[in-house]
Amino acid sequence: MAVELPENVVVSKLDALASWCRKNSLWPMPFATACCGIELMATGASKHDIARFGAEVFRFSPRQCDLMIVAGRVVMKMLPVLQRIWQQMNEPKWCISMGACASTGGVFDTYSVVQGVDRFIPVDMYLPGCPPRPEQLIQGIIDLQDKIQREGTLGGAEFRLKAAQQPKRALIELPGPPQIDSARNPVVWKSEVQQ
Amino acid sequence: MSNDAASIDLLKNRIAGISTSEFRGQVRVVVPTEHLFASLEFLHGERVFDFLVDITCVDYLNYRGATDRFGLVYVLTNTVTNEQLMVRTFLNEPDLAVPSVTSLWEGANWMEREVWDMFGITFEGHPDHRRILLPEEFAAFPLRKDYPLQGRGERHNFPVLTRDSA
Repeated sequence: MAVELPENVVVSKLDALASWCRKNSLWPMPFATACCGIELMATGASKHDIARFGAEVFRFSPRQCDLMIVAGRVVMKMLPVLQRIWQQMNEPKWCISMGACASTGGVFDTYSVVQGVDRFIPVDMYLPGCPPRPEQLIQGIIDLQDKIQREGTLGGAEFRLKAAQQPKRALIELPGPPQIDSARNPVVWKSEVQQ
Repeated sequence: MSNDAASIDLLKNRIAGISTSEFRGQVRVVVPTEHLFASLEFLHGERVFDFLVDITCVDYLNYRGATDRFGLVYVLTNTVTNEQLMVRTFLNEPDLAVPSVTSLWEGANWMEREVWDMFGITFEGHPDHRRILLPEEFAAFPLRKDYPLQGRGERHNFPVLTRDSA
């Protein structure tokens, strides 16, 4: 039962159309803390021109973003901020972990530096390099676009699938008192309470 | 950098138990902890050391020949005469408290918070005695030599956000 279509009409699945719109209008949220942030800025500059991929609208307001680019090392004090921004972003959303530090902690295996943001937020694309060049970030965005086109669904089932696959982690018991799970360190806040 | 010997002589006359040494033009003054505030007050008020460059601390744990655990260092400058002095005092556990000098130099505020944050030395009378670099719930003092470089698991204990939790 062939249907005669005019030449300017294309038939597709709604799913594919939605994914196509999403991948070509990524709005990145730059979470730039270190040297990778400079490469991220260079990527947005005219020489490399990220606008070619529909991803030039860097917004510092998480409500308007759907792609978080974590560029640079993240420390313990910054992680709650990162998580809050991630939670404020609208679904569907993606995350690129840019550079060695964001992906693994890099050379900073110290008490304060998070050893990979993927331990605490979901990450879709890892970018190697220290720091990666703008070309690499652009390649990462192209690959992420492929992934969005390939995996995206209108109902968001792929995210539910990923959530089910992610293992649950238990809290680690810290040795000896005082524990850090108190909201405020009582040693520090003793003087304030007494006043 | 110039050093006015008069400042040190006057300080020595006024306060007992002070020793000095010099290395490459830098004069170091070691003050007993009980006279620390009086010494700094004298240097600030009468010798016009108007600029507190830095407050920092050294942990001498396992240091060769060291007799005290912590060395608390005040770096002072007189911006008119360009005099510089390093005033230091030694502290031992459990008595790790010194008076705050925020009443003399406003700039001591954040420096004292940093020394508290990293070494756990308390500054009595500080207007805002909180951690400054580390999260408030952090329990240890990381620049002490007996604290492991990779921590004791502090950086692992955050809630994990999954795809369905956002």
